[in-house]
Amino acid sequence: MAATSIPSSLTSKLRVHALGGAVVGAAYLGVTPVFALAEGALAFAGEEPLRVEAHKGVLLSLAVDARSIVTGGDDGRVVRTRGDGSTEVVFEQKGRWIDQVALGADAVAFSAGKTAHFLPAKGEMKMLAVPSTVGGLAFAFKGTRLAVAHYGGVTLWFPNAQAKPEVLEWKGSHRGVAFSPDMRFVVTTMQESALHGWRLADGGHMRMSGYPARVKSMAFTAGGKFLATSGSNEAILWPFASKEGPMGKQPSMLAPRDVRVSCVAAHPKDEVIAVGFEDGMVMMVRISDGAEILVRAPDASPITAMAWRADGGALCMGTEGGNAGVLVL
Amino acid sequence: MADTQTQSKIPVTVLTGYLGAGKTTLLNRILSEPHGKKFAVVVNEFGEIGIDNDLVVGADEEVFEMNNGCICCTVRGDLIRIIDGLLKRKDGFDGIIVETTGLADPAPVAQTFFVDETVGAKTTLDAVVTVADAKWLKDRLKDAPEAKNQIAFADVILLNKTDLVSEAELKDVELRIRAINPFARIHRTQRSDIAIDKVLGQGAFDLDRIQAIDPDFLEAGHKHFHDEDMRSVSFTSDAPLDPDKFFPWIQELTQREGPNILRSKGILAFKNDPERFVFQGVHMILDGDHQRPWKEGEPKVSRIVFIGRKLNVPELEKGFRACVA
Repeated sequence: MAATSIPSSLTSKLRVHALGGAVVGAAYLGVTPVFALAEGALAFAGEEPLRVEAHKGVLLSLAVDARSIVTGGDDGRVVRTRGDGSTEVVFEQKGRWIDQVALGADAVAFSAGKTAHFLPAKGEMKMLAVPSTVGGLAFAFKGTRLAVAHYGGVTLWFPNAQAKPEVLEWKGSHRGVAFSPDMRFVVTTMQESALHGWRLADGGHMRMSGYPARVKSMAFTAGGKFLATSGSNEAILWPFASKEGPMGKQPSMLAPRDVRVSCVAAHPKDEVIAVGFEDGMVMMVRISDGAEILVRAPDASPITAMAWRADGGALCMGTEGGNAGVLVL
Repeated sequence: MADTQTQSKIPVTVLTGYLGAGKTTLLNRILSEPHGKKFAVVVNEFGEIGIDNDLVVGADEEVFEMNNGCICCTVRGDLIRIIDGLLKRKDGFDGIIVETTGLADPAPVAQTFFVDETVGAKTTLDAVVTVADAKWLKDRLKDAPEAKNQIAFADVILLNKTDLVSEAELKDVELRIRAINPFARIHRTQRSDIAIDKVLGQGAFDLDRIQAIDPDFLEAGHKHFHDEDMRSVSFTSDAPLDPDKFFPWIQELTQREGPNILRSKGILAFKNDPERFVFQGVHMILDGDHQRPWKEGEPKVSRIVFIGRKLNVPELEKGFRACVA
């Protein structure tokens, strides 16, 4: 990205959509931005707008791969939606909530209460009960290992292996979980205003605290050099380039304001992040020098979801108030 | 003040009661009566609710400790997640009722609404309602610490199944309740039959609605019964207090004695302050604010109440007296 050729505001290029319901997730299916709405629908905001009623209730979780979006709802269903708008019910358990979903290579994972489920494209579904409600699910990049976050830590589960799942312990309630792109680290967002991380090589702990609010959004930047997070009045970026992780190092703070960051999304190729705020403002920030570009002006409703197109050429975002924006660079 | 903000939040009622007291009967009544209101209900004993309602959600009663250095600061992790989900429903509802199991401590449920920012921003704890069995409560207060907790914590108590006991027995059990909890509103009921507005919309945690702490209630119970384990204690001062002495004292006290102090409440007159200061607390969590100017002729008396176990009354009194300006 050459800063010289880009004006400091791109708000005039932002295409806006009124979706009529709170946005809880955003993703790109190919080149089409898709917004997940709390009320259960997926809104495709491409050339031909399309609305898919994926759930008969609240849409609680979302995961995406190159071909499909998988969602979980309080109707007890796991639904796969493809780019043409067709849907398939992958799993259904009446009376339960599907709290979390994750997508791996040829497998879907989801959770209902304390049970994590692994459903491969071919073969039988496997289940794992953990000590408390599953707070987060994440596949390692090969898709053979699943991180299951819960109260007291993270369970690393190889659904296809006989081995006993490995437990990474840390007191407290763990809600979101992610592997670093190089697979050296597992990081969780906690109920407390902090993150916790483990070095997989030696089980070493990494405490990342000091936030004024709970961290609800985190993203590893291109190449895994930084972990960008919400929860403060600026985007907090923990350095993950070295073998030790962020311990003993200061985080970078980008896009400082007097409003809290509610959502972050990392550019898939460049060292750039999108930062969304609780007042609806979105900025693009270059990590190397902190240069900011305004993408969306505030409108008083928090940014709840953002996603980059796989080639990094477009960014989409949605708000709790039901407005969405799409920026094609 | 915070009034309009409070009103737009969804009220949450916590429904407790020892096994067999009549909790489920009350819940079924609230859900089936034609009051035109819609409630989301979080239940633990799934299947007991006779009403088919998609707003009834099963919970796992997962009690989590918070890593904030506060040992009694436990919350219901499952509740945070469930309320997050319920708040996303498009049709909405007028209130949330959280039913706890018969053996549950109400504190983690109540604390959830103060500790989690997202939950606290959209909902407000309305009251803890405890259903008690008029015939058996006396015995449960002796052998079941959970039952004692539920009485100590309550804002509203339904003294249920009154048809099974005599008037003298009823008076006796009411005094036992008063010895533990001087400010709960007690209603005598049969088959949990009560007007819904006596249970819901109580605003018990709303600082604006703290009216007075009735000293008669305090004395009535203590004259007859003395429960050394769980009790309430109250102090008053006609002399105004010094805020620079009071706040450090109450903060240190609740930090240190928080696990033993279940509830606290106070109406305070500070020196050279034309307004009443009110506060209330749940274990270590305190919430306080200036409420309104003292009225003309209203006695500027400070009064403070603690409900808890193993309260060191002389030490508490000494601490409170030292706050006089």
